[in-house]
Amino acid sequence: MRTFPSPEALRRLPAGAADGAIILGTLVLLALVAQVGVGAFERFQPPAVVPRIDLDPRNLPYYAARSTLRMFIALAFSTLFTLIYGYIAAKSRWAERILIPLLDILQSVPVLGFLSITVTGFIALFPGSLLGLEAASIFAIFTSQVWNMTFSFYQSLRTLPQELVEAATLYRLSGWQRFTQLEVPAAMVGLIWNAMMSFGGGWFFVAASEAISVLNQEYTLPGLGSYVEAAIQAEDLPKLGWALLTMAGVILLVDQLFWRPLVAWSDKFRLEQSSGAAVPESWLYDLLTTARIPRLIGGWLSPLAELVDRLLSYLTRPRWVDPLSPEAERRRERLLTQLSWAAIGGIGIWIVYFVATTVGFGEVLLTFGLGILTLLRVSVLLVFATLIWTPIGVAIGFNPKLAKLLQPVVQFLAAFPANFLFPFATLFFIRAHISIEWGSILLMSLGAQWYILFNSIAGAQSIPTDLREMAVDVGLRGWQRWRKLIIPGIFSAWVTGGVTASGGAWNASIVSEIVAWGSTTLTATGLGTYIAEATAVGDWPRITLGIGMMSLFVVGLNRLFWRRLYQLAEEKYHL
Amino acid sequence: MSSAASPVLIEVEKVYKRFPLPEGKGEFTVLSQIDLQVRAGEVLALLGRSGSGKSTLLRIMAGLIPPSQGRVLSNGQPLRGPNPDVAMVFQSFALLPWLTVQENVELGLQAQGIPREIRRQKALKAIDLVGLDGFENAYPKELSGGMKQRVGFARAFVLEPKVLFMDEPFSALDVLTAENLRGEIDELWNAQAFPSQSILIVTHNIEEAVFLADRVVILGSNPGRIRGEVRIDLPRPHERTDPRFKSLVDYIYEIMTNPEIAVTGEVALPALAGDKAASPYALPLPHARVGGISGLLELLVEWPQGRAEISNLAERLKLAVDDLLPILDAAVLLGFAEVTGRVVQLTEIGQDFANTTILRSKDLFRQQLLARVPVFRSLLQTLEEKGSRSMRADFFLDLWDEHFPHAEAERQFATAIDWGRYAELFEYDASEERLYLPEPGEILSTEEPVGIDQV
Repeated sequence: MRTFPSPEALRRLPAGAADGAIILGTLVLLALVAQVGVGAFERFQPPAVVPRIDLDPRNLPYYAARSTLRMFIALAFSTLFTLIYGYIAAKSRWAERILIPLLDILQSVPVLGFLSITVTGFIALFPGSLLGLEAASIFAIFTSQVWNMTFSFYQSLRTLPQELVEAATLYRLSGWQRFTQLEVPAAMVGLIWNAMMSFGGGWFFVAASEAISVLNQEYTLPGLGSYVEAAIQAEDLPKLGWALLTMAGVILLVDQLFWRPLVAWSDKFRLEQSSGAAVPESWLYDLLTTARIPRLIGGWLSPLAELVDRLLSYLTRPRWVDPLSPEAERRRERLLTQLSWAAIGGIGIWIVYFVATTVGFGEVLLTFGLGILTLLRVSVLLVFATLIWTPIGVAIGFNPKLAKLLQPVVQFLAAFPANFLFPFATLFFIRAHISIEWGSILLMSLGAQWYILFNSIAGAQSIPTDLREMAVDVGLRGWQRWRKLIIPGIFSAWVTGGVTASGGAWNASIVSEIVAWGSTTLTATGLGTYIAEATAVGDWPRITLGIGMMSLFVVGLNRLFWRRLYQLAEEKYHL
Repeated sequence: MSSAASPVLIEVEKVYKRFPLPEGKGEFTVLSQIDLQVRAGEVLALLGRSGSGKSTLLRIMAGLIPPSQGRVLSNGQPLRGPNPDVAMVFQSFALLPWLTVQENVELGLQAQGIPREIRRQKALKAIDLVGLDGFENAYPKELSGGMKQRVGFARAFVLEPKVLFMDEPFSALDVLTAENLRGEIDELWNAQAFPSQSILIVTHNIEEAVFLADRVVILGSNPGRIRGEVRIDLPRPHERTDPRFKSLVDYIYEIMTNPEIAVTGEVALPALAGDKAASPYALPLPHARVGGISGLLELLVEWPQGRAEISNLAERLKLAVDDLLPILDAAVLLGFAEVTGRVVQLTEIGQDFANTTILRSKDLFRQQLLARVPVFRSLLQTLEEKGSRSMRADFFLDLWDEHFPHAEAERQFATAIDWGRYAELFEYDASEERLYLPEPGEILSTEEPVGIDQV
């Protein structure tokens, strides 16, 4: 207990000024949201009236705000979905058997392939309004964010410390109290971290989903992504530069105003009971904690919160369900297994039937071959990214000062949507006569390589200092030092980075194997191009086949390759 | 304070607890035929070694896990779900790190739907009682271990339960802090200012049990069962300097080191299940590292005639019974030492082992292993029968799995590997998970250095 202000507290803004800043900030935010949100209800009559993109850079703040609003709406839905889906999966063994494998598959399906399906669906849902397109774009962002948030939440619920669960049971916490006081707080740190990472990935899909042609029909939403698209068609390099700058500004702003305060706040939900070494800091969070208004409002609301708590607790009183006998348990287990096999078999038969009656099996072989080509690209990317970025990452990680300086930069690079850079690369390929068959690897790597870099940094940082001193002491040098110390030390971090990078690269193949600059279109042979072309002409059987094949590749690789590496990392190279 | 006439608060009737073994290999019995009563006004200690199921029994009585057979009555009512008459203090505190001290203490009251103001007052009183006033708004991570456990006590006190359950409440604290807190809890009880009518404490620390309890119930292992009880007929507070205190501690040490002794005045224990003798894999190995065993022997050899009282030995080593007993058991099993009553005595081979060189002591260890622990003969035989002179580890694990729950089977395996490697009976490749017979003539003595660091 401190009874007098600490020196840091005195150095902060005086409470009055902080309150003023908060009132002002809130008002500005509300006005902005209102202004930008209205645009979503604009009427349009496709195909005659479609919103046009004005390439005047002065419109960029408005477009950026529209895109950002989409991101946040998607994030809100992702959070809601996560809480419900993760909770059900963790609580019911029946649901778990179905929901978790499903999540595993959904996570591996290339989101971009979905767009065509969802756009038509949502437009039909909201006829005569931009809302349909908005919803489709938001949905695309949502599907890119939600799966690993859900996984993180589910995992946290399954690994709650046993004694905390027992205390909650013995003290008869209601379902609602358990959820708000134990389960959500325990999952908070992981959830926010994953949300932040997915949010960064989401910008990629904003760019890809705002301007899309489906069924030979161009759809455009006002936003940063469609601005870039329009600039490409106009072959306008300076405008592209402005868009790039705006994007960078938005990422920085969202980081400072949203994620940093959230991360600083969530630090109190850490389960390790000792005080951590590095406490995340945020000036906005400090401002909010200094000001009196938030506390005042909190004070007014607490009787209401109390009422809500009691009401919901009454509705979710703890109930004791007598456990099943071991015999019944086994019977249920058998039934579950049989049902899952039946479901898998059913889906398999349906797929075979669908393929046979529409495109034929020759097409399956073709897509498989294309898949191998894309797989080769992804593998080349991973190898090169590893060879280049791991040594750099390790060098940064071993140097604490450098790491502190560069880590935000690397995270920024990872969050920056790579497809904003595609036009520059495309122009370069055209001028330098580089084949897109190879060039697409570079395009894919623009987004994916950063995961390898910052996981290498994190891995190198996790190698204990005394091990490094030991290595110096016994005279390990050069390759020996890598083989005995560094590679085993960063292995699990590298695997994490590799899985993420490979998943990102597969997804990116849909937009990077086929790129355009003005009227020139470069097309590489691969599964990504196949899906993109099928989407453009609205060929449903081929879209389904392409997405299915890509999912098969991703899931197969995860099972056969990454999962084994994970196991190895867990068992052998666990620090 | 208590007598047979005091009302019974919690009654355990013929309780069994079995857990299914993996892959439907039957069941593992953790608790067998438990009958127990907790009366008003008494402090009852459940004392047992790890594997005696004492924590499981506590959780069954708290209604956290259901028994497989038998029933628990609380306040005369059969228990279904969490026991409303009980509050628990946990071994690792179980505080929610995102709530302040006061919010943690209020948690149980909030669940009962008690209004905010009353909640606050009750919590402040409880926080005051455990000596934490001034820390109401602190978060657990700002507190030391001892203070965290005080919050744990306050959270239980505030509910004014009929019986307070403590699950090894002092074992996560350092020695001095534990001593201090234990003393304060005892004072509170003796001053009749305690917020519950009875205390049930689970512990593996004999001194702690004798110091706090009016009645010590001793649990045996494999399966967990009640061996009997010892009344602590000392005036409260139980003074450690009282000669009777010392003799009670010694007596309980004797019981705990000699699983076959019947506990005074109690019926002899039920016979073990019949299949135990059949397989060499059914005989549990005590979990002691070779380093620990040789450390103990080297220490004993310094004692006059290689004899020592077990409680003295424990004190000298600053070890709780849970940590010392497996080492003693291993020494006895290998024929390096003998336990008679409360005294442990080195055998001739033990003397030899403690005094000789590493290479010779390895020979002695191997000789004793093969002569006295049947599972090693069986392991060796299996390996010799294989043409490749090697075998997958899961083959042996499966054999242990038939007699132990999987986690315990893995520990058995790990212990066997530790011993067998030291004795150079076989090699184990952890990455391939295979056991090998050593090549004839190969010298392996660099594999596992002997040390007493684990003692």
